[in-house]
Amino acid sequence: MKPADRVARHVAALPPSGIRVFFDIVSDMKDAVSLSVGEPDFPTPWNISESAIYAIERGHTHYTSNAGILPLREKICEYYKVRYNVSYQPEEAIVTVGASEGIDLALRALIDPGDEVIVPAPSYVSYAPGVVLAGGVPVSAVVSTENACKLTPDALKKLITPRTKAMILPYPNNPTGAILTEEELKALAEVLLESNVIVISDEIYSELTYGKRHVSIASIPGMRERTIVLNGFSKAFSMTGWRLGYILAPQALITPMLRIHQYVIMCASTMSQYAGLEALRSGLEENFATVEKMVAEYNKRRRVIVDGLRKIGLPCFEPEGAFYAFPNIGATGLSSEEFCTRLLREQKIAIVPGTAFGQSGEGYARISYAASMDNIRFALKGIEAFVQSL
Amino acid sequence: MDELQKTILDHLEQEARVSNAELAVMLGTSEQNVSQAIAGLERDGVILKYTAVIDEEKLDNHDRVQALIEVRITPQRDRGFDGIAERIARYEEVQTVYLSSGSYDLMVVMQGRSMRDIAQFVSSRLSTIDGVLSTATHFVLKKYKDQGVCYGQTSEDTRLKVTP
Ligand SMILES: Cc1ncc(COP(=O)(O)O)c(C=O)c1O
Repeated sequence: MKPADRVARHVAALPPSGIRVFFDIVSDMKDAVSLSVGEPDFPTPWNISESAIYAIERGHTHYTSNAGILPLREKICEYYKVRYNVSYQPEEAIVTVGASEGIDLALRALIDPGDEVIVPAPSYVSYAPGVVLAGGVPVSAVVSTENACKLTPDALKKLITPRTKAMILPYPNNPTGAILTEEELKALAEVLLESNVIVISDEIYSELTYGKRHVSIASIPGMRERTIVLNGFSKAFSMTGWRLGYILAPQALITPMLRIHQYVIMCASTMSQYAGLEALRSGLEENFATVEKMVAEYNKRRRVIVDGLRKIGLPCFEPEGAFYAFPNIGATGLSSEEFCTRLLREQKIAIVPGTAFGQSGEGYARISYAASMDNIRFALKGIEAFVQSL
Repeated sequence: MDELQKTILDHLEQEARVSNAELAVMLGTSEQNVSQAIAGLERDGVILKYTAVIDEEKLDNHDRVQALIEVRITPQRDRGFDGIAERIARYEEVQTVYLSSGSYDLMVVMQGRSMRDIAQFVSSRLSTIDGVLSTATHFVLKKYKDQGVCYGQTSEDTRLKVTP
């Protein structure tokens, strides 16, 4: 018996993540400057970390209720009301192991074998595999940089079939930095309200927008009842390692997700939940000054990157959210893969090929500005030297 | 002071060595606006000078000692605390003079080559000033954080080099 032959076929057939492949190359190069990190470079604010230490000292080291501690769910609801003007009851919230678990729960709770899920492309690496693992069929909705990587109502309408169970709405977007405005969401909602499609809205970057405030699709009239909101603490509060996120959805959708969560996870890390509680408590109290400070810093880097790339001659649409720029490198004549691999070898600068986020990312690269200004300056010089050498 | 000047100050407090051109890009404004704003801040004495924060432990033969000196004084009839405070501030060795609330009046920070140096200064110069009632000298043994910078913690990036 060969154990490898015993692996489920649909799992064996999952391609390794493009990120992982690139990671292996970069890891071999110790002194490379990396602008390929998808997590904040700020430390977790100390009051938040300390609250977890206190939680441990007070003996909060046991399981919590499946949905998560009530005070945290209450704060999450208050937060969504104050920040995004959507009302939820604590019974409509589940505290998860990051938005990552939220993606999995939502997909598994919704998908019957063969159901289609519309996934904008390029987008975050785990949506399509998540759909496949849940037995569904991912249907790519390719967005164009000409339209600032926004999903349009027309494109959406064309992809909806009787088999469409859900769609993923990933804005602010990783890897493109695109956002959707209230008007754009309303236009999408018009299409969706005529269908049976459930929206899985991944709002993990909701705090990180530059100029325009994030709008949740759940706040558009009629949409709350058919939307699963995913969010978390990773990006807004620089808490990636805490593995803490949450789902907000109407009761009818929360109940099945909670059932899966109850069997496979039981509950999110207890001390992390106390840290999350402090993040929201202090955030609401100080009007999110700490978050705003990080946003102001990202914003400066964003402008430097975009300005720098354009001066080098790499077209780059204005990213308005998350912490990524998504320049078009097509004019260099290189594929995304070649561009990034050679940039790494020749200039020791790591950025991620657009293709790591789907075939539609060909011709693009993702540059993360969750990096120090010095590294950004260094990287821009290196990219310029590289492009000129071609 | 306008909004741009405030944002510029925020940035310069963190990083003073940035060109006006780059600052303009960062803040989404023109270079001319930035230079005008900074010129205004300098002219009005809001920005006093640009310096470096130095970890002296790292210097090869660092031979400077720092002390925090609490000084109690008798306020003067028409000048209050100002007269004596300004007098103390004139000494080159004195880096900082604050008037503070609490059990003493002035907090004086000074630097010298040795503890003896500082002791000498306190006994012969500070405590002999008319109106100085008492002093208490605290030598700085180790710095953990200064001007917002944590010492000794190299800001090593512990994140994985590539993540989704
Ligand atoms: C779009 C998007 N969704 C979800 C996640 C996962 O976040 P979490 O740390 O909450 O699991 C990420 C992380 O990179 C992301 O970029």
